This record gives sequence, structure tokens and C-alpha cells, in this order.
Amino acid sequence: MRASSSADNGAGRAELATTDGRQQLRLSGDWTLPHYAALSGEVAALRAGLPPDLAVDVAQLGALDTAGAALLLHLLGQERLRSLLGGGSALPAERRALLQAVAQAVGERPEPLAEPRHSALGDVLEHVGITVGVFRRHLTDLLGFIGLTLEALFLTLLRPWRWRMTSLIANLEKTALDAVPIVALLTFLVGAVVAFLGATVLADFGASIFTVDLVAFSFLREFGVLLTAILVAGRTASAFTAQIGSMKANEEIDAIRVLGLNPIELLVLPRVFALLLALPMLTFIAMLSGIVGGMLVCALTLDISPVMFLSIFENDVGLRHFLVGLAKAPVFAFLIAVIGCMEGFKVSGSAQSVGEHTTSAVVQSIFVVILLDAVAALFCMEMGW
Amino acid sequence: MSIQVENIHKQFGAFTALNQVSLDFPTGELVALLGPSGCGKTTLLRVIAGLETADSGRVILEGEDASGTHVRERQVGFVFQHYALFRHMTVFENVAFGLRVKPRRERPNEAEIKKRVHRLLELVQLDWLADRFPAQLSGGQRQRIALARALAVEPRVLLLDEPFGALDAQVRKELRRWLRRLHDELHVTSIFVTHDQEEALEVADRVVLMNKGKVEQVGTPQQVYEHPATPFVYGFLGAVNLFHGRVDGEHVRVGEAVLPHDGRDAAHGVDVVGFARPHELDIVTDLGSSQGVEATVARVLAFGASVRVELDAIAGAEGQPRHYEVVLGRERLAELALTEGQRVRLVPSQLRVFPREAA
Repeated sequence: MRASSSADNGAGRAELATTDGRQQLRLSGDWTLPHYAALSGEVAALRAGLPPDLAVDVAQLGALDTAGAALLLHLLGQERLRSLLGGGSALPAERRALLQAVAQAVGERPEPLAEPRHSALGDVLEHVGITVGVFRRHLTDLLGFIGLTLEALFLTLLRPWRWRMTSLIANLEKTALDAVPIVALLTFLVGAVVAFLGATVLADFGASIFTVDLVAFSFLREFGVLLTAILVAGRTASAFTAQIGSMKANEEIDAIRVLGLNPIELLVLPRVFALLLALPMLTFIAMLSGIVGGMLVCALTLDISPVMFLSIFENDVGLRHFLVGLAKAPVFAFLIAVIGCMEGFKVSGSAQSVGEHTTSAVVQSIFVVILLDAVAALFCMEMGW
Repeated sequence: MSIQVENIHKQFGAFTALNQVSLDFPTGELVALLGPSGCGKTTLLRVIAGLETADSGRVILEGEDASGTHVRERQVGFVFQHYALFRHMTVFENVAFGLRVKPRRERPNEAEIKKRVHRLLELVQLDWLADRFPAQLSGGQRQRIALARALAVEPRVLLLDEPFGALDAQVRKELRRWLRRLHDELHVTSIFVTHDQEEALEVADRVVLMNKGKVEQVGTPQQVYEHPATPFVYGFLGAVNLFHGRVDGEHVRVGEAVLPHDGRDAAHGVDVVGFARPHELDIVTDLGSSQGVEATVARVLAFGASVRVELDAIAGAEGQPRHYEVVLGRERLAELALTEGQRVRLVPSQLRVFPREAA
């Protein structure tokens, strides 16, 4: 938007000159976008020292565009610009119109407040505060959603004809059966690694034989359930969020509600039940496969034959370790499923939102699982289980 | 079923979506909620459906306060802009879904469901698609299936949220006619939201114009088009030419020029905005008189039954629009013999004025 485009007049300049004892601001050259950087420097330097009653000489002003006009406004301020535009101005009409338009546009938008000064400590505290707020909100959301789920659960439990078996079985297949290969492979490898570690470290004490106990205890009590839960959190929680989230974005959830149905009952309960069944089964597979991994390493590097491995296992390891591990599985399953579904319901509109909430679901569920496992480990230790 | 809303207020953070809206939707009518994006029309529809709760105010369905009742007890059919069909179900299953999930007491038996679904699919003229999945249908077909699904539960009210918003112009036009026919057949109270003024005027019995969370005008399509109550309605319904001026007795003075006006709402000396539709402006080539606003002819678009002339305003006082649009008959154009760049005067045969603050 150039008000005038005469020949190139060189870069714009603003000079303060004193004639007849009065200060005069002389504007010259092109006040246009290509010269913006140079001009804004000049404007910033001049701006502070301008006297209130300033005469402005615009005779040598070249081209002017909105960028130049905005700078001019910044230099002179609304008051002086108005007097410049007022009666007897040397400016042609279209220049005046341009300046007026820019002044009006800037006037409607108040000057942004000066950036508040930051101190590092204040920033850190502020950030901590915000994060704690977010955490609190997540927590109340989660508790609220758990409440909704439990309500729907009890209402549905009493009415078997409302159980959605098809959906349950379909979800069970996806969460349990399809996850068996990855869970088995991963825990097998970790079992082998743990056995290797045990073999190397315990050999120094001549206690290689205890590698068997190491593998057995760690997999029955902790690794079996924890590794499975983390895998399931990454695999299934994200899938739940994406499924429900895309339905939400597509208004299908609203459609379900308008048809008089409870989306929690329809979408959340089958998923929660499916995972409640799936995770203990997967955990059992994980324990087996981890121990087999350890057994293989023992057989290959420590010359502990599988028969010997199993007899040591039988002698040293009580049933309660298996039960401690397995008891945690349903709790983890419930939390993972609920977090996955809840994040799905939080999706709003766009596909980007689906992605954000999927990430959030995975992070939250893994966090919750590990936190809970740590607490449970402490508790079991204190109880002597 | 009749619907009333009373003093509905809804706030999203600092944004007021609905500001004390009160409306009355009589039984059996097809009412359009019309307004620009973000004016609160969809929110109002969702409040009526029960998908959203209002901060204050009441929704009254058939004389009973339904503000507290759950969406499933309101028995509404809702059609969404993006169809919201269940993607993993066939067309038949989609339509049957609402029936199958009813409590056992109210649920019709399998044969009855089959009969009803097929009747509905015939009604939307898509019986032959029953075994397809939504992904295999075109947009227009999907929306008709969505409508059949909404009708399956025999709703007392049908609510449509920009039902044709995602379709192309040709299909829209066809579906518009079809929706009107369907409504004449079923006579279920229907409210549909749209931002397309042509759609609203063509289909609805009555039009509710909304802007910024408030109702601007309610009336039949003819009423709102011919007698807009506010400058917003004037500007929103169809093309319009604006004149900023001041009332001077019988006339409106716009800069140097003088325009006749309709004489309403205009005391002497008040700053006003005048509105004239393109067909209400005449072009005069005689520059001598002071009647009419001066302009230069920019383009003459001579196709179709009438001719559209675009004109540029003569650079003048601030606040005046830069362009005008005039629609003329072919004979009138031949009489005038306009050339591009020619200076002419525009004289409104009808000029509706509103005080400046209201605009």
C-alpha cells in the first residue's frame, strides 16, 4: 500500500536541525519497508529527545508505505501526528489519509504492556506453580472419571443383558492376544540380560548359582508385571485414546448420547474389562518367558541345566512372590484403561488434539504404573510379603 | 412438540456464546437459526438437545421444563455437520442402532426393526445402500443416512447442525429441496442451523437471525428479507450498498450528494447509515443534478437475465465504501450505454436508514 511511488529517493532519514532557535525535524527519503531496519534504529534514537512543540518538515519526504507510516507514528506519537495532519499541512491528501488510517488502526490497539521483568528464581517458581496446578487438574480429572466409570460399572453389573460381549471380546483380542508376541519376546530378552548380569556380578563372590533366584524373584515380583504394564500402556492406552478421540472429533460420541446411550457404558466399560482380563494373562506369559530367558542363559554360560534350574526354583521361591506380582496386574490394568479412555474423551475437534492426548495418555499411564509399583514394593517389603 | 427457550445464557471463559436468548419454536415448523460463524447458533442447538448445559435459563419442551433432564429423555433427533455415522457399522446397522439399544421393554423385535429401517431408508431414497459401509458413500448420501438414523428413534424434535455445510453446492441445493419435502411429509418440529442465508430463506418456515449471542430478528423468510429490523440483518441477507450520511429533512446528505430516503427512524441532523440492495439503485448518466452519489463504472458483468454493474466510489470523505454494486435490467443497460471508466450518479429508489450508532 504505497501512497506515492515517485522515483527512488534513497533510504529514509530523520534529522533534528535547529533553525531560528527552533528545533525542526526534517524527514527525507523513502519511508518504506526496504528501509525499515535502518529507519527503526534512527527512530528509536531520536524518539526520546524530541521537544513537545516540534516543527516537522516533510518537503523532502519520498515514498511512504504503511510500515513507514507506522514508524512515523511511533516517532511522533499520536498528539504530534494529529497536529501534523491538521490544517495547513504540507502533506498531500492521500498521505494524510494513509497516516490517518495507520494512526487509527494503532490507536484502536493499545500499546502492548512492557514485558514484566523476569528473575530466574521467579520464573522457576512460576513454572513449578503452573506444573503443580496442571498435575492437580489431571488428578481431579482422573478421580472424577474413575468415579463415572465405577458408577456405570455397578449399574451395568446388575443387568447382564446390557453387557456388551462382542465389544469385550474384540477388545480382548486386540489388547491380549495381539500383544502376546511382543510381550513374550521383550521379557525373554530382559530375562536373559538379568541372568547375564547376575552371572557376571555373582561370579566374583562364587555365588553364580544364585542367578536362578535373581531371575525368579525379579520376574515374579516386579519385572513380569511392570514390563507388561509399561508395554500395554504404550500400546493399548494410546490405542484407546486414539479410538475414542477420533470418535469424539467426529461427533460420534455426541451421536451416541443423542441416541439416549451412555458413552461410558458403551465405550469405556468393554475396554476396562478387556484390559482387566488381558493384563493378568499377559503378566503370566511375561513371567514365564522372562524365566525361560534366564534359564537359557544359565544353561549356556553357567552350566546350570534346566532341570537343576527348576529344582532350585522350586526349593527357593515361594508361591507368594508369584501372587504379589500377579495381584498388581488388575490395578495397573484398570488405571491404564481409565487413563487411556479419559484422554480420549478430552479430545476436542482437531486431529492435532488426538495426537496430543494420545501422548499425554501414554506418559500419564506409564508414570502412574511406575509410581504405584514403587509404592507397592515398599509396602510389600514392610509387610514382609 | 413445541420448544421454548427462556433467557438462555452461556459463557465459555470470557466469551459469551449466548446472551439471554429467548425464543419460541411452534409445533411442526421448520425453523432456521441463521448467523455468521461464532454467533452462538450451534451452542443454542446443543443446549436444546441437552448436549450442553446453559449457565442460566430454561429449555421448555411441550410446556415442561426440560432444563434438568438428560439428553436421552428429551427424545431429540440430532444430525451433525460431519454426519457422525458409526464407521464400523453398515448403513442398515447405523439406522437400526438407535432401536437395538433401547431398553428391552421398548425395543421392537427383529422383524419390526428390519421393517422400520427399510421404511426409513426408502424415505431417504437410499434403500439400495443398506449393506454398504459409510466410507463407501458420498457426502450427500451419508448425510441422508444420518438423517434416517436420527429419525429411527421417532424423535419429537429434529435438530440439524449445519447439515449441508460439508457438501458441494450442487448437492446442497438438491438436499435442500429434499429436506423441505421430507418435512412437509413428517411435520416433526425441526430446527436447523446454517450460515448460508440462501439455504435458510429457501427451506425454513421461519428464520431466526442471530449475531454475537443475541437474536436480531425472527420472522418468515419474506419478512426478514424485505423488512430487516437491524443493520446487521440488512447486511447479512444478500448484497447491499452502504451510504454514510446525515439526515437533512426529506433527504440524506452524503458528502455533497443528496439521496431520498424512506423517512423512518430518522430525526433531522442524525448521522445515519443508509442501505440499498443492488436492484434498488438506479444509474443516472446526467451529472448535473445533485441527486445521487457519484461513482465511476468499473465493470459491467452482462450475463444472465439481469446485468451487474460494479462501480468505484469517487475518493472522498472517510468512512464511505469504495465499491458499489448495481443490478439492472438488460433494457436499462442498453438505454444507458455505459462504458468502463464513465462517471455516473447512483440514485436509490429505496433507501433504508439506521442511526449510525446502531450500525
